[in-house]
Amino acid sequence: MDNLISVQHLKKYYATQKAVDDISFSISKGSIFGMLGPNGAGKTTLLRMITGIFFPDSGEILFNGKKFDAIADVSQIGYMPEERGLYKKMKIGEQAIYLARLKGLSRSDAMQKIRYWFEKMEMQSWWNKKVEDLSKGMSQKLQFVTTVLHEPSLVILDEPFSGLDPVNANMIKDEIYGLAQKGSTIIFSTHRMEQVEEICDHIVLINKGTKILDGTVRRVKQDFKENLFQVGFEKEIASLPPNNIFEVVGTTDHSLVLKIKEGHKPHDVLQFLLGQQHEIVLFQEILPSLNDIFIRLVEGTPLSRQFQPITT
Amino acid sequence: MDKIWLIIKREYLTRVRNKTFILSTFLLPIVMIGFIAVVVVITVNSVDQYKIAVSDSSGMFKDEFKNSKMVTFAYRNDVNERNYVKEGFSGILLIPRLRTDKKDTIRLISEKQLGMMTDDAIRKEINKAVEDKMFQDRGIDRHVIDSIRENSENSVYAFKSLQVKGGEIKESNSGRSYGIGFACGILIYITLFIYGAAVMRGVMEEKMNRIAEVMISSAKPFQLMMGKIVGIAAVSLTQFLMWIVLMTILSTALTAFIPHEMMAQAQQVNQNMPNMATNNSMAYKILEIKNIFDGVNWGLLLFCFFFYFLGGYLFYSSLFAAVGSVVNEDPQEAQALMLPITMPIILSFVVMSIAASTPSSPAAVWGSIIPFSSPIVMMARIPYGVPGTVPWWQLGLSMVLLLLGFLFTTWMSAKIYRTGILLYGKKVTLKELVKWAFRKS
Repeated sequence: MDNLISVQHLKKYYATQKAVDDISFSISKGSIFGMLGPNGAGKTTLLRMITGIFFPDSGEILFNGKKFDAIADVSQIGYMPEERGLYKKMKIGEQAIYLARLKGLSRSDAMQKIRYWFEKMEMQSWWNKKVEDLSKGMSQKLQFVTTVLHEPSLVILDEPFSGLDPVNANMIKDEIYGLAQKGSTIIFSTHRMEQVEEICDHIVLINKGTKILDGTVRRVKQDFKENLFQVGFEKEIASLPPNNIFEVVGTTDHSLVLKIKEGHKPHDVLQFLLGQQHEIVLFQEILPSLNDIFIRLVEGTPLSRQFQPITT
Repeated sequence: MDKIWLIIKREYLTRVRNKTFILSTFLLPIVMIGFIAVVVVITVNSVDQYKIAVSDSSGMFKDEFKNSKMVTFAYRNDVNERNYVKEGFSGILLIPRLRTDKKDTIRLISEKQLGMMTDDAIRKEINKAVEDKMFQDRGIDRHVIDSIRENSENSVYAFKSLQVKGGEIKESNSGRSYGIGFACGILIYITLFIYGAAVMRGVMEEKMNRIAEVMISSAKPFQLMMGKIVGIAAVSLTQFLMWIVLMTILSTALTAFIPHEMMAQAQQVNQNMPNMATNNSMAYKILEIKNIFDGVNWGLLLFCFFFYFLGGYLFYSSLFAAVGSVVNEDPQEAQALMLPITMPIILSFVVMSIAASTPSSPAAVWGSIIPFSSPIVMMARIPYGVPGTVPWWQLGLSMVLLLLGFLFTTWMSAKIYRTGILLYGKKVTLKELVKWAFRKS
C-alpha cells in the first residue's frame, strides 16, 4: 500500500449546489499531485474535506491506509489555502512558533525548524517585524514556511505561486521538489497549467463537482494527442504533393504541421518526406499542452456554475 | 486541550501587550477619578447665588426668610416688576396682603428661569413663614414651635430600619444597598458590552484576515472560539484587578489632596439642596462612600460580582463570537445582527434599575433568575442582603441557570461559528442563523 491518501466516492452537497459529487482518486507517497479545475469546480471544498475542515456528506477518505481522523491526522497535514491569512499585528517569529505549536511541535523544536527555514529562505531579519509590514510576496513566503514547518507528510498548496516574482517562485518550486524528494506528498491545486505540466506527476481534473480526468501527465497527454507532427525544413517550401498519409494543417516560417491519417505511422511520413528531396532539420510530435486539454474538456460547459436546489 | 491552551495564551498575550490595553488600563482610573474630582469642584463652586427682592406690601414676612447659599432675600418695597433687574436682583417676589378667608397668589418673577432647586428653596421658606404665622395666630409661640421641631427630631426618637431574619438583626441601609447594587449592575452592563464586542472584533479579524482557514486546519473551530473567549476573559480579569488596585491607590491619594474645608463645603451644599437632588449629586456620593464601606459582606459581594461578571460574559460572548463569524466586510451587517444580543442586555439594564430600588418586586426576582438578565439584575439585589432579600435558593437557582444558559449559548454559537467562519461573500439572515444553530451535525 503505497498510497498516502485515497479518496473514495466523496460527496458534499450544499443547499443549492453539488460542490463535490462522487469523486474518487488516490495519491501515492512522495508524489506531486495536481488538482485542476476551473473556478468553482469544487476544488476548495474537496481540499477542505481532505484537511478535515469539512466533513463529507458521504464517502470515505483513507489516510495512510486508515480512515482519516481529522483530529489525530491534522498534525501530518500542512495546508496553505488560496486566501492567505496571517495575524497582521503579530510578530513574525512569534506567529511562526504559534502556528507550529498548534501543529504539535514543542517550543524548542519549533524554534530550531524556524531558524532552519528562515535561514534557507533568507528571512532571518524578519523575526521581530509584523506581518502588516510585509509585502504580498513576502507574506506568501512566510505562509509557505509556516505550512511546511512541521514536516507534514501531506502538503496541500492552493495556488502557491500567485503573487510571487519568478525568483521567489523558483525558490518555492525547488522547495516543493525537495519536500517530495524527502518523502512528503504534495497536492497542488491551481488553474495555471504550465506550472502543473512542469511540476506534477499525476493530475486529476475536476469540473462541476465531478472528476473528468485522472492520470499521469504523460499518460493524459498521450491520450489526448491528435497525431500532430512538426516538420522543419532548411529552406522554405511552397507545397507538398497531395498524399493519403497526412494532411497539412498549418504552416509556419520553415516548418509544417502535419496530421497523420488513421492507419499510418510517423515512419510512413518520414519515408514520404525523404522522397521529396527537401532537407529535413526537425521532426517531432506535437503533444497537446495541458492547457489545451483543459480548455477542450471544460469548454462548452457553462463557465459559471448554475445554482439549483439539490435534493439528496 | 493543549491547543486550546496555546490559543488562550496567544489571545491573552497579544492583547495584554497591546499599547491600547496598557493605556486604557492605566488611564481609565485616572480619568474617572479626575472626572469625579472635577464634578466635586464644580458642584462646590458653581452654586448660583440669586438675589431676590421681596416686595411685601403687608410687611408680614419681613425678616422671616432665611438666606442660604443659593438665595438671599432683600426686603425692598421700593423695587417693583419693572426695575428689579436694574437694581441688581435676579428676581422679585411679589407678596400681596394675605387673608385667611381667600386664596391669593404669591408671584416670583424673573427674566430667566431660576431652576427647580431655587424655586423649591423659596417655596419652602414661604411655606415655613406662613406656617409660623398660622401657629402664632392660634396663640402658639414661635419659640415653642422651634423647640418642638428640634426636639422631635433630635431628642425624642431616632429612626432605624432593621432587617430581622432568624435570630440575626442587621441595620439595613437602603441607600447604601441601592448605591452598591446600581454600581455593580452598571459595571457588569458596561463590561459585557466592552468585552463582548472585543470577542466579536477578534473573530471578525480572523475571518477578514483569512487566518481562520489556516487555524481550522490545525485546531477545531470550537477550540478556536473557546480559546478566544477564555483568553479575553483572562484579559478582562487582569484589567479589573489592575483597576481595583489603581483606584484604591488613587482615591486614597485624592482624599489626601482635597482640602478638608472643600469636603465640608460639598457636604453643606448637599444639605441645602432639596431632597430630590441629593441622590444624583456626585459630591454627595463620594462623601457617602466612606460611610458605605462598613457593614457590607464584601467577601460574598466580590465573589458574586466575579461570578456574575464571568457568567454573563461567557453567556453573551459566545453569541458575540457567532455574530462576528457570519459578518462579512460590511460593519453595518454586524449592527443588524447584534440587535438580538444587545436588546436583552439593555432590557436587563432597565430591570436592574427597578431591582436596585425595589429588590423584591416580581420583575427584580424573575430578572435575577432568568439567565439572560441575571448577571446584571442579581448584582443589584445582592447588596440588600443574602439571605434576606435574596434567599439562598434564588441565588443558587440563578447561578445554576446561568451556567446552563452559558452551556446552551456556547453549544448553539459553536454551530453557527463553525459554518460562518469559512463562509465568505454571502449575506446571512437571522433565519439562516437559527437554522444553523439547531441543525444536527
